[in-house]
Amino acid sequence: MEFQHVNVKLFVSNAEEVDLDSLIPVFHSWIQNQANGELLLDVADYRHVRSGPGLVLIGHQGNYSLDNAGNRLGVRYNRKAVLEGTNQDRLVQATQAALAACRRLETEPSLDGTIQCNGREMEVFINDRLLAPNRPETRTAADSEFRAFFSTLFGDIEYAASYPQDPRSLFSVHVRTSQIFDTTVLLNNLNSTAPASCQS
Amino acid sequence: MKASNSLWKENLSAKLPEDLAHEIDIFETDLGLKKQGKLDERLIAETRLRRGVYGQRYDNGQRHDGKRVQEFAYPSGRLTKGPNTLWDAPGMQRIKIPAGGLNAAQLETLAELVEEYSDGIAHITTRQDVQLHYVHIDDTPTIMRRLAAAKITTREACGNTVRNVTACPFAGVCQDEVFDVTPYARALSRFLLGHPDCQSFGRKFKPSFSGCAQHACGLANMHDLGLVGVTRTENGKEVRGFAVYVGGGLGTVPYQAKLLHPFLPPEELLPIAQSIARVFARLGEKKNRNRARIKFLIHDLGIEKFKELVWEERKILPPDPRWTSYLETAKESTEEPLRPPGETPSSTSEGFARWYKTNVRPQRQEGYSTVTTTLPLGDITASQLRALADIVRRFTRETIRTTVEQNFAIRWVSNHDLVDIYEALNAVGLGEPGAGTIVDIVTCPGTDTCKLGISSSRGLAAELRNRLAQRCFAMDEAVQNLHIKISGCFNSCGQHHLADLGFYGVSRKMAGYAVPHFQVVLGGQWESNAGSYGLPVVAVPSKNIPQVVTRLTDRYVANRKNGESFKDFVKRIGKIEIKNLLEDLTRLPADDADPSFFSDWGDPREYSLGDMGVGECAGEVVSAVEFDLAAAEREVFEAQVKLEKGSFQQAARTAYLAMIHAAKALVKLELQDVPDDPDRIMLEFTTRFYDTQKFFDSFAGGKFAQYLFAAHASSGKPANPDSARYLIDEAQLFIDASHACYNRLGAVSVA
Repeated sequence: MEFQHVNVKLFVSNAEEVDLDSLIPVFHSWIQNQANGELLLDVADYRHVRSGPGLVLIGHQGNYSLDNAGNRLGVRYNRKAVLEGTNQDRLVQATQAALAACRRLETEPSLDGTIQCNGREMEVFINDRLLAPNRPETRTAADSEFRAFFSTLFGDIEYAASYPQDPRSLFSVHVRTSQIFDTTVLLNNLNSTAPASCQS
Repeated sequence: MKASNSLWKENLSAKLPEDLAHEIDIFETDLGLKKQGKLDERLIAETRLRRGVYGQRYDNGQRHDGKRVQEFAYPSGRLTKGPNTLWDAPGMQRIKIPAGGLNAAQLETLAELVEEYSDGIAHITTRQDVQLHYVHIDDTPTIMRRLAAAKITTREACGNTVRNVTACPFAGVCQDEVFDVTPYARALSRFLLGHPDCQSFGRKFKPSFSGCAQHACGLANMHDLGLVGVTRTENGKEVRGFAVYVGGGLGTVPYQAKLLHPFLPPEELLPIAQSIARVFARLGEKKNRNRARIKFLIHDLGIEKFKELVWEERKILPPDPRWTSYLETAKESTEEPLRPPGETPSSTSEGFARWYKTNVRPQRQEGYSTVTTTLPLGDITASQLRALADIVRRFTRETIRTTVEQNFAIRWVSNHDLVDIYEALNAVGLGEPGAGTIVDIVTCPGTDTCKLGISSSRGLAAELRNRLAQRCFAMDEAVQNLHIKISGCFNSCGQHHLADLGFYGVSRKMAGYAVPHFQVVLGGQWESNAGSYGLPVVAVPSKNIPQVVTRLTDRYVANRKNGESFKDFVKRIGKIEIKNLLEDLTRLPADDADPSFFSDWGDPREYSLGDMGVGECAGEVVSAVEFDLAAAEREVFEAQVKLEKGSFQQAARTAYLAMIHAAKALVKLELQDVPDDPDRIMLEFTTRFYDTQKFFDSFAGGKFAQYLFAAHASSGKPANPDSARYLIDEAQLFIDASHACYNRLGAVSVA
């Protein structure tokens, strides 16, 4: 099974305190600086849609968003461009991108620390129904890939994985850890593995 | 862009209708040929447009990021998919939904595409289409295949073709319709799709059906072909027919449709539509895009001559069995309920009561209602689309349609289920009240994604929606029922001419900076199939528009007479009074200290930073030109007042002079001592601004200068109410373009 178009969402704590208004200039500044190695293009504002994609930073290789799907706010990276390498490389790349974005938002002075990863949960989606339909056999086939990846990502931290069942939804795994993780530590864990390419 | 694109082709090969599969294959081949440099630039542009694949803002690879213009370094480099349109730049996919009709499986397919290829949102348009934004062109053949597998096509969703055939979303269930126009709309849509007689238009052609004359749902008067259901008695029997309207349209200068035939029998519907298409294809303008819509042809020929040509064409049409083959079943009901009829259960929920009041419309079939799901700005997520699919399966036989107010209408809901369906909708964020009220704002994409956008129509709509939603139900009922419609530019995609309160985006230079503005358009009529069009009153900085809404609605509540509509109120108190009411809002705050006026709603980038004027000398010129343009704008306003008073000749003359004065203002940038002689001003303007293309907008080109040339050529000729009105609209657009030209020249001088 080939994973492509991996999405990673890191949930934020105190979502009700997050003011998406203040995030708009931050995303625009990311475009101004083109700082993260991907080509960033535009900002799409869907704050008016309930449980929607919130604020989306449109990129060529991938989108970043403060996503409110399921009425749960989180920093989401949506890899759009095809990525060479192994499934592990692709999981690492998308997670690195999401963690790095989360870290930048956590430390962005203008946001005054309002955006903080909750350190407990993340979701990984495969945004391609043909490669990864949301079926039991996909879950079985993906299990070893996910185990290997989460072992690298979390190290000694224990976690529980669950799979949404609606066959119409994207194939995804929801992970809850037994203790709070730190985005910097997770980034370091991933950085110790082979670097993943961001470009296509 | 997607890894699975080639796999989808294989996967769906057995599921696609052969003709559609072949057509998509050809499109994919054309994309490949373009990549190899073997297909002409303009040809690939029209090829993709005819399949609904549109360009999007910044697709020339440049974007002003608030500090500088960035050149995007896409992987495909300078490879293009049309003139000045880069291959990798994200685009828009429009999806045709004839008469707005969808089923649950189609909703689910749309949800999949939204998630996998777009930015997570499906957008419902004012013509009942669905649009996906930020789509990569390499993904479009797969999108088309997946849609085709769900029996949806994108064919002829854009380009110079017959666009989506729209129809009243309440057709078949409306209490006061004449008859259900749905089967006729579907038949016309099928018949004209890909029809050889519809392949060589100079511009697009938009048909619409309405089941009655009095409501707005079909908007027949603003369509190229508007068909309104009518009946009459023949030999003691009631027979069906259509009142046929042609040549309506909004666009920059709106035209009311003309009655072509008061009662066209159904068996003549398709052949007459075909005849109209043939006349349009043969005689319509091809070279000048700005005068290529059928409304200009009909205006130039006159409705009687046009009618004569259509009927002559009809006589020589080779017969086609499709003209009548659908008629046998057309009188049968197209839909049935899933659940037995019932009574509305009582509920103490305030949320339900509000929603019931605005979003539930009793059907003519007793015990059933149509439920409107209000979509903010026409947007819906993939999860919501799937939830909607579940809901229409649970409560109906999948009877759901998109509406021209950018919502969904769920038909055939048993009244017994209304509380349950409200709760189901509310659970997924689709239970908001306010359908058809002042909160339910219609807007085009504007500067968010449209290449032509001048101001942020969606940003403004979101802001107004936020403010109004909080107090909507505390407002006077007359205000609650007003319509707000917003376009990001003069092109009317947001249908601002039809609203009680219409706005369209313009730019103005103030304090040396470009400032996003909206023209306030009043006097439009949504009812009676878009019964009349509003006219611009005054341009106001974008950030002051919420105050405009508050002042106008407060004044309406305070001063309206019993039962007086907003349109009648505006007419009674007059535009002078209204302009006075808004005068202070046209200026920046006194201290000039509020920087938010120099950016648009939801966008912190300084609005056209490059337009900033520097230098004392330039500053003096700026003042003089601004003063002159403002004077020209005042004259257009005076022309409107004269038109209101019935002085058509004077109105036309004043509008013409306003254009001359705006042209003179620009000429003075280069020739301070230009004499006050219209012929000389025309000469100087033509040589200095038209021939040099300084006046040209990158998208509209010299279109608005042509308005000036036409007005000058016909100055002094007799005017009538229509021609005076057109001239006023054109004068306002010419002045808006003069402002824009002046802003651009300011940018050049800075550089």
